[in-house]
Amino acid sequence: MVGENSSIVKTINLDFYYGAVKALHGISINITPGQATALIGPSGCGKSTFLRTLNRMNDIIDGTRVEGEVYIDNQDIYRGDIDVVALRRKVGMVFQKSNPFPKSIFENIAYGPRIHGFDKSSYNEIVERSLIRAGLWNEVKDRLDKNALDLSGGQQQRLCIARALAVDPRILLMDEPASALDPKSTARIEDLIAELRERYTIIIVTHNMQQAARVSDFTAFFYEGELVEFGATKQIFTKPIKKQTEDYITGRFG
Amino acid sequence: MPGRKLETSIHWVMRIVTYSMLAVIAYIIIDIAWHGLPTISWEFLTGFPRRSGAEGGILPAIAGTLLLVTGTIIVALPLGMASAIYLSEYARSGRFTYFIRLAIITLAGVPSIVFGLFGLGLFVLFLKMGASILAGSLTLACMILPTIIVSSEEALKAVPQALREGSLALGATKWETIRRNVLPYSVSGMLTGSILGIGRAAGETAPILLTVAAFYLPKLPRSIFDQVMALPYHLYVLATQMPNADEVRPMQYGTALVLIALVLGLNMFAIIFRNRVRKKYRW
Ligand SMILES: Nc1ncnc2c1ncn2[C@@H]1O[C@H](COP(=O)(O)OP(=O)(O)O)[C@@H](O)[C@H]1O
Ligand SMILES: [Mg+2]
Repeated sequence: MVGENSSIVKTINLDFYYGAVKALHGISINITPGQATALIGPSGCGKSTFLRTLNRMNDIIDGTRVEGEVYIDNQDIYRGDIDVVALRRKVGMVFQKSNPFPKSIFENIAYGPRIHGFDKSSYNEIVERSLIRAGLWNEVKDRLDKNALDLSGGQQQRLCIARALAVDPRILLMDEPASALDPKSTARIEDLIAELRERYTIIIVTHNMQQAARVSDFTAFFYEGELVEFGATKQIFTKPIKKQTEDYITGRFG
Repeated sequence: MPGRKLETSIHWVMRIVTYSMLAVIAYIIIDIAWHGLPTISWEFLTGFPRRSGAEGGILPAIAGTLLLVTGTIIVALPLGMASAIYLSEYARSGRFTYFIRLAIITLAGVPSIVFGLFGLGLFVLFLKMGASILAGSLTLACMILPTIIVSSEEALKAVPQALREGSLALGATKWETIRRNVLPYSVSGMLTGSILGIGRAAGETAPILLTVAAFYLPKLPRSIFDQVMALPYHLYVLATQMPNADEVRPMQYGTALVLIALVLGLNMFAIIFRNRVRKKYRW
């Protein structure tokens, strides 16, 4: 699947409205499979909104509306007959504020497999594999039956990542996954993203320039609901084409 | 420092008000217990009344109230919880839900005698249930439905939105999300609020007066279509309908004590239950 011309996430002229307020203006982007893409831009510029159009999480907000096209695996996900359950299984999401369920560590990871009716005998293996991939296994393997809320903040976020991995997504959306964490936990999450990008297509929102530079192959700069510039991270951070991009990454605004 | 002084005085005023309230409640309970306890005996609790209730026991009234409470729970709990789930999880916030909410609040403020008359009109007469446990339970259920809906909705709203989003993002449907990641954490709160409402129903006289309660019926019901005696109405009868109220004073106190014990027991159960579950879920 990972070929030159294949696209995994592609939007064409995507507009998004919260009621009468237009939050995204004609976003067209073609995200490369198997790479990590960072979304940067000042707060309120529509990064989260854009991210949430990709797994249709905005659907749950009353009065929102999408115009334009969003293709995941070459399938228009806003066409009438799309299966949102299958879509969200394919497109996992990690939230800004970690949201472990008030259940055991095991049950947090097994939640997705249960929902999707995976074979019960596979749960142990899935839980172990997901926790290993999220770099949490060694810390929790002896207390899988303990409440997830007893974990530290950084561990909780890695648990949420493991939980998303448990249903075998191809794409991982991460909305400022480390913004609420201390520097050490942040570094761990960044290391983790570096590992995960080998296996998944990652789209990560961050307001931290260094983080974007460290973890991503591509960077998209958003400003006031528009996609200003999109390109290889190296290029964006060394020789941005647009003045606005340069101003932002050099810290002149935002 | 005048501000400090004001602060202290306000603090004390609040304290005194609170303590006075507690004192009044304590006085009532102690008074009833003091005068009622001597009446309480095995015979009083398990015997049948004689001479219009002036003598004998109050078993039929205890059984009647317990049956009514059970019937009310069976009818009102599923209905109220389902309504709350609909309102909190499914209904979009718009004009329609606004009017539903307004109706619920209004319903909660309707005097209980109005519910009694409504039950008489709808269940007893129109639906031909006659004065019966069924009609009485349905009437009480209507009366406490708003309480159950409102407290259940509060319990649902207390579950953080982030948990719903987390579940949906994993591909769970709305109902799966509610069932697996909302209800488990809110059902105890829903039950607690509801039981407190039901405790109130147990002590009401007006709604059952016209729909089920028998003045004097010294036997146990055989089916849900039978009339029964009930504690609050029996107390009313003992206090106001007896030729010599003073003579039956011990019976009055005894009955009041049983009723209060029943309601307090129900509330206590709800609160202990809530505290136990609360320790399990925190976020
Ligand atoms: N639920 C919402 N309802 C209405 N407006 C919203 C909502 N969420 C975000 N917005 C608005 O949409 C714009 C983009 O927000 P967001 O996508 O959260 O930005 P970012 O993630 O880049 O900080 C902002 O102007 C914000 O006020
Ligand atoms: Mg955001």
